[in-house]
Amino acid sequence: MTLFALQGAVELGLIYALVALGLFVSYRVLDIPDLTVDGSFTLGAAVSAVFTDAAHPYLGILFAVAAGWCAGMVSAFLQTKLKIQPILAGILAMTGLYSINLRVMGGRSMVSLLRVDTVFSPVSGLPLGKLLVALCVTLLVCLFLVLFFRTSTGLCIRATGDNETMVRSSSINTDRMKFLGLGLANALVGLSGGLIAQYQNSADMNTGVGMVVIGLASLIIGEAIFGKPSVPRNILAVVLGAIIYRIIYAFVMARGMAASDLKLISAVIVTLAISYPVVTDRYRLHKLMKEAAKDVGA
Amino acid sequence: MLELRKVSKSFFPGTPNERRALVDVDLTLAPGDFVTIIGGNGAGKSTLFNAVAGNFLIDAGNILLDGKNITFLRDYKRARQIGRLFQDPLAGTAPNMTIEENLAMAYLRGIKKGVSLGLNKKDEEFFREKLSELGLGLEDRLKTKMGLLSGGQRQAVTLMMATIVPPKLLLLDEHTAALDPGTAEKVSELTRKIVERDHITTMMITHNMQQSLEMGNRTIMMDEGRIVLDLKGEERAGMTVDGLLALFRAHSEKEGDNDRLLLS
Repeated sequence: MTLFALQGAVELGLIYALVALGLFVSYRVLDIPDLTVDGSFTLGAAVSAVFTDAAHPYLGILFAVAAGWCAGMVSAFLQTKLKIQPILAGILAMTGLYSINLRVMGGRSMVSLLRVDTVFSPVSGLPLGKLLVALCVTLLVCLFLVLFFRTSTGLCIRATGDNETMVRSSSINTDRMKFLGLGLANALVGLSGGLIAQYQNSADMNTGVGMVVIGLASLIIGEAIFGKPSVPRNILAVVLGAIIYRIIYAFVMARGMAASDLKLISAVIVTLAISYPVVTDRYRLHKLMKEAAKDVGA
Repeated sequence: MLELRKVSKSFFPGTPNERRALVDVDLTLAPGDFVTIIGGNGAGKSTLFNAVAGNFLIDAGNILLDGKNITFLRDYKRARQIGRLFQDPLAGTAPNMTIEENLAMAYLRGIKKGVSLGLNKKDEEFFREKLSELGLGLEDRLKTKMGLLSGGQRQAVTLMMATIVPPKLLLLDEHTAALDPGTAEKVSELTRKIVERDHITTMMITHNMQQSLEMGNRTIMMDEGRIVLDLKGEERAGMTVDGLLALFRAHSEKEGDNDRLLLS
């Protein structure tokens, strides 16, 4: 892999890290598997592209974040007020968003940004320009998250994912915490989608497909390698995980593997990581039973 | 303080499985009352607590706390004034958060929540002091994950959390039943101490007859969703465990007769 390809992978990793951070908020902190992400990522990309084309790239990013936030709110509304199971609520939101995304993009399956300025244009002449922009955005988001989870509201959101009964009996509206948490998570996803659209100079209808699994894979890789039981450490681990994922991706692509196969690999990574404790438990039990059988025989 | 007026609640109404869990329950607690509640399984004790805490809406009647009608108030809003402990020591705390984070959560009760820091130095001192009152050596383990504590330790901390901002009403649902006898005794003692010090109006469900007479100033017995016995003052002072058991048996035997009638 060339240095140029590596730099590209790190840039993408930093931007996609925002999706992984969003999943950190919803899946790890709130303990909600939020499938809205597939839809809100594309929504962010679509909104960003359309506003960049028509107005200004910063406006595109701003509205991408806002749109992601709204998508999270819809999902939270389905889960809390209408009591729909989290997985189904996510699928409903994601499916509904498909139509909305198509509308946002004016019925086209792709919006191209070739002759307009993006947030990356001012630095396009510098050798590490794009990397610096992506790094700044992701670090700012990390800083915000670390500080946010130290506030009392942040504490309440963490506790909601840990023991909801206890939080309600501390006189805290857990529904509100889910609204905030899912809103925040999807705002981050929207931001990621918005940046990707401007980075790649196009927004594609299918850009969000499988994003949940990719985000989870990044999250799990990061936690496995760098994770520690503290919130700031985990946030950093998630970002590094996303970068590693993109480097693997670039490496596999350089070897001539089809890009579409990587979704299968992501799914396998997530499956293995989540089932790891069960598999090792079975193995240990198997060994114990074997030894016990030997003892009886002797 | 707490007033229940003709409170009724049925589960699965209109089906063959209908169960009348509370039937026209009238109950008035004076400020500072410590009521112990006894009764067989399915007598309606926990349902009574759930009704007061707002886990569900009651079918009929009114619930007043401190003169305010809370019948239709959402559970988390009532929680501002009502503290509650469950039999399961795991129910009242967040296992993946530290002891101090758990206490900070409980300390937020009744305070406006916003962007202020969840934990600050001043609170930490206060939590340390509060934990040392428990006498379990937890004051030096503020950064320990709650899930690493034993059941008894967790229940003691839960009690502290429920009373760190003294509630108007404290509901104890067999909160020592899952603990070993020594720990149970310690937690009971702690309960007595905190309730007396802060003059918290308290209701405690227990299956321990001895405890039901020793603790508190009033004992009620429930059966089939009704309050069938209300002991206080001299009558209670003169009551023995055997006497109470006899009354308890008299009620359950009456039920037994009913069953026999049904079956024959």
